Amino acid sequence: MTTRAVKKKKSSTAQTLPLMLIALPGIIYLLINNYLPMFGVFLAFKDYSYVRGIFGSKWNGLDNFEFLFRTKDAWIMTRNTLLYNAAFIVLGTVLAIFVAILIHELGKKRRVKLFQASLMLPNLLSWVVIGFIVYAFLNADNGFINNTVYKALGWQPVSWYSFRPPWPYILVFVYLWKYVGTNSIIYVAGIAGMDREIFEAAQLDGASKVKQILHITVPMLRPTIITLTLMAIGRIFYSDFGLFYQVPANSGRLFDVTQTIDTYVYRGLMERNDVGMSAAAALYQSLVGFILVVGANALVRRIDKENALF
Amino acid sequence: MNQEKVHNDVRSFRRFSTIVLTVLTVITLLPILLIVIASVTDESILLTSGYTYFPGRLSLDSYYYMVRQGPMILRAYGITILVTVLGTLGSILLTATLAYPMSRRDFKWHNTLSFLVFFTMLFNGGVVSAYIMWSTIFGIKDTLLALILPNYLVTAFNVFLIRNYYSNSIPTALIESAKIDGATELTIFMKIMLPLAVPVMATVALFTGLTYWNDWTNGLYYITNPELYGIQNLLIRIMNNIQFLKSSSNAALLGTQTVDLPGTSVRMAMAVIGILPILIVFPFVQKYFVKGVVLGAVKG
Repeated sequence: MTTRAVKKKKSSTAQTLPLMLIALPGIIYLLINNYLPMFGVFLAFKDYSYVRGIFGSKWNGLDNFEFLFRTKDAWIMTRNTLLYNAAFIVLGTVLAIFVAILIHELGKKRRVKLFQASLMLPNLLSWVVIGFIVYAFLNADNGFINNTVYKALGWQPVSWYSFRPPWPYILVFVYLWKYVGTNSIIYVAGIAGMDREIFEAAQLDGASKVKQILHITVPMLRPTIITLTLMAIGRIFYSDFGLFYQVPANSGRLFDVTQTIDTYVYRGLMERNDVGMSAAAALYQSLVGFILVVGANALVRRIDKENALF
Repeated sequence: MNQEKVHNDVRSFRRFSTIVLTVLTVITLLPILLIVIASVTDESILLTSGYTYFPGRLSLDSYYYMVRQGPMILRAYGITILVTVLGTLGSILLTATLAYPMSRRDFKWHNTLSFLVFFTMLFNGGVVSAYIMWSTIFGIKDTLLALILPNYLVTAFNVFLIRNYYSNSIPTALIESAKIDGATELTIFMKIMLPLAVPVMATVALFTGLTYWNDWTNGLYYITNPELYGIQNLLIRIMNNIQFLKSSSNAALLGTQTVDLPGTSVRMAMAVIGILPILIVFPFVQKYFVKGVVLGAVKG
């Protein structure tokens, strides 16, 4: 007992300072980049003006929130953020697992690498470049869809960037196009780690490939699926800013179906110069996001302690 | 089920997989191919029959145009490369120096630091206060620092990746023996720990490098001076306004040729050179990329 205490004391004095100094630059960065803005959330309770500055601007209580939730915008951006994320979680997971199963069944190494590289490629492109690609297909004057597809079918051209109905489908498609390949990697690793003997036994019992997949592969992926889904639900209040800002080319006519909390905050801050409202929307996102991520993690820990964040 | 039937079942499923994956790969690659083809399509064809996979007449005008345009595009490229290199180096250094003490169980503050890093995953102050802070207190607007400092240098995910690597695969005996030999903490970190973590840092560097290369949000928030645009922000500007290509600083260089601006194909050519480095590097680093994604799934 005493020796341990002595040892502990010795280590704490001798090592604490040098190790702390090594960690210091990183700590300072986090304090500035992550913690200082946390204290800046009080901007949501101010009538901010650039002239008066952070401390000089007048307090206005809950006015910003009151205005925000009185507008139609609050409902639209919340609805869009939640519904798009729900579609991404469901379709993204199903497709990623489907692709992973197909890749695993290929068996041959070289072809696997080639398919995987191609399917991951969109995830390496920036949203700006993806915006260019979508523009090449959809722009009204010389886009591929209007000029080639619609012309061949004898249909009237559509001015896509001001026509709302197809956009939910377009955005979901673009999301899946970008992410499914990369997301399938996790499931490929999961399937590769499964005990082969179970499959061999099933084969001897006469189970077909399809039956093996439905009754062995998918059930064995369940812990992974549940964990990843819960984590995605924890982030359901956050949206991919680039997808909703660059892909619809910031087109005002589409805001009803493309506005999410992140694009609203950006536009409030940079385009409408309404710092107070924008800060209120950002705090709304941070607070609900915090509750969701803590809640989701509590559920993950119940089901699968290994994969919980904390 | 007899042996032959099993064999047929496996084979037909393999064939099915190959066909479906081929279709998916084609769907994935065709959109990218369209802008590559558009970049070498004759401008007159783009104007009459639009973007097409079979343009009939090819032309390298857009690439010649970019070469003549030299300064602006080269500059944007240079800025993106500089920001990517500095950002990635800075990120590895700050992340490793923070992660290593966290991995030392005999370090008094290791839990406190872990919580400090971890909490950033749960709550954030939002972009509004971050923007106001960076631009008013630190005054980084319209400086190169604005493209490097905000958001990406240290992320909780990367810190935990390196910390876990240290605590799982580096024996404490190594540290003890180095201490007996009289090495200081700094020497141990620089001479032993940093080199040992090269494999995991390569993965971190890969993802961070890609983040910086593809980032356009920092430029969108903090850069208004076109001279400081990286390639992504230049692309945004050109998408919004093709005339920007002929703007004052470049007009002198071009003289009277501005009339022939092959606008549509130049746009696409610039997007192509924006993704070219990624296309070239990716086949060589695919393995590390896959590894990183798998590691990320284990601890999200």
